[in-house]
Amino acid sequence: MAWRDAKASRARLLLFMASIILGIAAVVSIQLFSQTLTDNIQRQSKSLMGADFRIDINELPSERAQAIIDSLKPDASEVSFVSMVAFPKNNGTKLVRVRGLQGDFPFYGKLETEPITAATSYQTLGGALVDATLMLQYNLQVGDFVKVGEISLPITGSLIAIPGNTAVSSSVAPLVIIPFRFIEDTELLQFGSRKRYEYFYNQPDADLAALEERLQPMLEAENADLDTHTSTSSRLGRRYENVGSFLNLTAFIALLLGCVGIASSVNIYIKEKIKAIAVLKCLGASRKQSFLIFLIQIAGIGILGGIIGTAIGVGLQELFPMVLKEFLPFDLTISITLQPLIMGVLLGLVMSVLFALLPLLRTWYVSPLEVLRVSGDTSKQSAKACYVAIAVIILFLYAFSYWLLRDWLFALAFIGGVLVTFGILSGIAIGTMKLLKTYFPSGAGFTTRQSLLNLFRPNNQTIVLLVAIGLGTFLISTLYFTKDILLDKAEIGQSSESANLITLDVQPDQVEAVANTFKANDLPVLDNIPLVTMRMHSIKNKLVNTLRTDTTTQIKGWVLSHEFRTTYRANLINSEEIVKGEWVGSQPAGEIVPVSVSENLAEDAMVTVGDSIVFNVQGVLMPTVVKSIRKVDWANLQPNFTVLFPSGVLEDAPQFNVLTTYAPTEASSARLQRALVTKFPNVSVIDLRQMYTVVEDILNKVSWIINFMAFFSILTGIIVLIGSVRTSKYQRIKESVLLRTLGAKNKQILTITALEYLFLGILGSLLGILLALISSLLLAIFVFEEPFAPSLIPFLVFLPGISLLVLGIGLSNIREVLSSSPLEVLRKSG
Amino acid sequence: MTKILKINGLEKTYKSGSKELTVLRDISLDIEKGQTFSIVGPSGSGKTTLLGLAAGLDTPNAGTVELCGHDLNTLNEDQRAQLRNEKVGFIFQDFQLLPTLTALENVSVPLELQSAKNAVDRAKELLEKVGLADRMHHYPSQLSGGEQQRVAVARAFSNGPSILFADEPTGNLDEETGEKVIQLLFDLNEQAGTTLVIITHDLDLAARTQRILRLKGGKVLTYETTAAI
Repeated sequence: MAWRDAKASRARLLLFMASIILGIAAVVSIQLFSQTLTDNIQRQSKSLMGADFRIDINELPSERAQAIIDSLKPDASEVSFVSMVAFPKNNGTKLVRVRGLQGDFPFYGKLETEPITAATSYQTLGGALVDATLMLQYNLQVGDFVKVGEISLPITGSLIAIPGNTAVSSSVAPLVIIPFRFIEDTELLQFGSRKRYEYFYNQPDADLAALEERLQPMLEAENADLDTHTSTSSRLGRRYENVGSFLNLTAFIALLLGCVGIASSVNIYIKEKIKAIAVLKCLGASRKQSFLIFLIQIAGIGILGGIIGTAIGVGLQELFPMVLKEFLPFDLTISITLQPLIMGVLLGLVMSVLFALLPLLRTWYVSPLEVLRVSGDTSKQSAKACYVAIAVIILFLYAFSYWLLRDWLFALAFIGGVLVTFGILSGIAIGTMKLLKTYFPSGAGFTTRQSLLNLFRPNNQTIVLLVAIGLGTFLISTLYFTKDILLDKAEIGQSSESANLITLDVQPDQVEAVANTFKANDLPVLDNIPLVTMRMHSIKNKLVNTLRTDTTTQIKGWVLSHEFRTTYRANLINSEEIVKGEWVGSQPAGEIVPVSVSENLAEDAMVTVGDSIVFNVQGVLMPTVVKSIRKVDWANLQPNFTVLFPSGVLEDAPQFNVLTTYAPTEASSARLQRALVTKFPNVSVIDLRQMYTVVEDILNKVSWIINFMAFFSILTGIIVLIGSVRTSKYQRIKESVLLRTLGAKNKQILTITALEYLFLGILGSLLGILLALISSLLLAIFVFEEPFAPSLIPFLVFLPGISLLVLGIGLSNIREVLSSSPLEVLRKSG
Repeated sequence: MTKILKINGLEKTYKSGSKELTVLRDISLDIEKGQTFSIVGPSGSGKTTLLGLAAGLDTPNAGTVELCGHDLNTLNEDQRAQLRNEKVGFIFQDFQLLPTLTALENVSVPLELQSAKNAVDRAKELLEKVGLADRMHHYPSQLSGGEQQRVAVARAFSNGPSILFADEPTGNLDEETGEKVIQLLFDLNEQAGTTLVIITHDLDLAARTQRILRLKGGKVLTYETTAAI
């Protein structure tokens, strides 16, 4: 019977199915892709690191550290640092990461270069490998020269890929690889330069776990770190798992939207079947039988939708490597695992049955008496059954979110967020209908009144359409606003008051000359900040070395091994605010040095006002006491500090300086950078204007992924929209034809429909944008801590665009009305 | 007398799969202004098709229909809609009221479509005439079958039609209610001088009209004048 009944309503049932296909396709493709990613990371674990294990340290290794490193016999090593390089060919300068390599690194994976031979010949020929994009940007060819510090090297090849590096990390600081033997000649490794030494080991038979257990504590004591390829890959795996969770949630939202579409369509479908169910009951069908007829239909649709969605998901998986390639440090080999496939089909079945449950329950309560009634659906549903159904739906959603996120609190927050959003959208839809009913514009013209009436007519689709349109618009608008906030944040430093060029690593004997170079280029020195590096020796009288091995300590690990770059001054700057204690600007005679720490450091080091910290200032132990805790606006791109000393303490300590200036144009900035690189090769210049471009570039890449995911929700929204419109199509046709019979012209019928859908489109998209505005404002206040000036684009582009799309879909529905004969209505009755 | 409807050599065929099905064959008739007219015949004889063609709801394959002096073949859909709106009234077996509109709103629809200013007053007047003054603000679902059909009658007369087509107007009503509706129809016809064309199975009802057209298999079987004259 289920099959016979379904055959008659095939087209309609297929449309229900379409609502969930995309959602399932999205979930399955992401599940498959996550699996592929995990497989690839595991399989390519060694080539991700390029070695079996490595030891890295951010300073010249101590004797003891060097002894451990040497005892393991490294097969390759490198030192890397950020520095300015110059391209004499076109006077270009650029901040890059220089890697001085020696040995046959990588042992796994490939150093991809153009020409291919450059991967090895740069060592023998004594040349440099320069990031391929950088070569394009600066119009460089193999054979041109790159000036690194005091030396110039010929470019042997362009660097396409090296294990462990992603396109995104290259866009922040492009790589220049040179043979290690030239590092000294560059004269860039001076006091205070931030550098990193790495030692690579090619020991496939080593027991990595034992090695890690035995050496890690010893190396940590020397500020060094041992990383095995397995720990690196599992760390990377976890990072991508987070991305996977985010993508999964977006896919899940698309699926939920589809399910709301199903619930609404099934609701109308069942309403239309009430008479048929009553007839069946009159003929002796039991409640269970009539319920099962429709349950089997919906389950069939769910399974079929699940199968089709899964098949599309398998195809879509191929797209992800293209979408994410900028973020992946390796090439992907696509594989298909069984679990996501089974999950796809099951998800189709469970979700469609669950969401159809409420309307399906109605079949249970249909009275055979309906056959005899002229109109209206008087079947009463049990409230208890409804509550149980709703509870089952929410529980399942929670369980599924938990399965995706593996965190009960996040899952709860997600489900809560979804329920609130759906609740707000449907609440406003219901409120709008009530408002329209109460304040119906009786004086308006016939077509306007008729179109507004359609919004709260029996079997109306107002709620589902507003939810679908609202949610889709909400997603893309939030994305847009958030991007705006982030870009605004990065844009600080573009204003004339704040510095946009920061020169780092200026040695004390260079300060005056660098300042003069600024002046020679008509640029002011805005800040001249001395930097003193130090580590913590003890916190609250406990030695840091002891704390490192203390498993019960709550102090964050980074605090114990971090090399703090501190400064000293008498006053606070505008990005700082004392939240606890009092600021002491100069060293009181005969007292312990009063320092100020930032909020985050106080929290991570578990210190508060009055606690003592002993710093190791390059071999000299300096006892201090925390006198104040500062709130620091890190978003402000000027140099900020976690530890601040008063003046009169560190003046004689070994130090280097940071000088900042504001360059009004790109040309003046480039001129200064060229002058600095030529005269002071060790000085690095951060151009905030360029950083802004980099941030924008990264955000564009991220938003491309989010856009890709939002696309599923929007497309599902459109399908739900088409489904909803189609579901009421027959009723619409009947009524429009009746109006035509009574003498309505095509224009009048078109106007009625157009106004109705335009209203839905405008209200839905406006709601979505307004909700996005609120959520973005909350994000701006609580997450980014930035002022939020919303862009007009969502209002100017999304609002009319989406409204017109909805209008188009609505009008396409009555095309048939306009072309069909009014006689239909008579045929039905005759 | 003026002819309000002139049908000449009317033919209508429908495609049913690959076959062509002729529903009406060579139908000719004419109806004078103010006359009452009935079309009778068994199911499938082409009654409703004839009514549809006569009212300009469909177009014939051959032949002409002249309604209120307009050759329907020369009018486009919108022009035919305008003609219906101004000159034609309809009553259907299953009432065909718009479920989202109250009785009053349903009755005023034809006048609203003309943007007539007195639409609501006229609708109220008509509802009072059909005895539904106290049910004006009820929705169709809140009315009985007989009441719904009376609303449909009021609607049919709201635009002051020259000709009214009624397709089995009592088909869904009990005998007593049906009789009341028919009486109403004839009374209004008499008062407004509207030409009345009724499709019916009910031979007694047909006998109350001035002329009867009997159809069978898409052809005119007889075309007779009754004692009702």
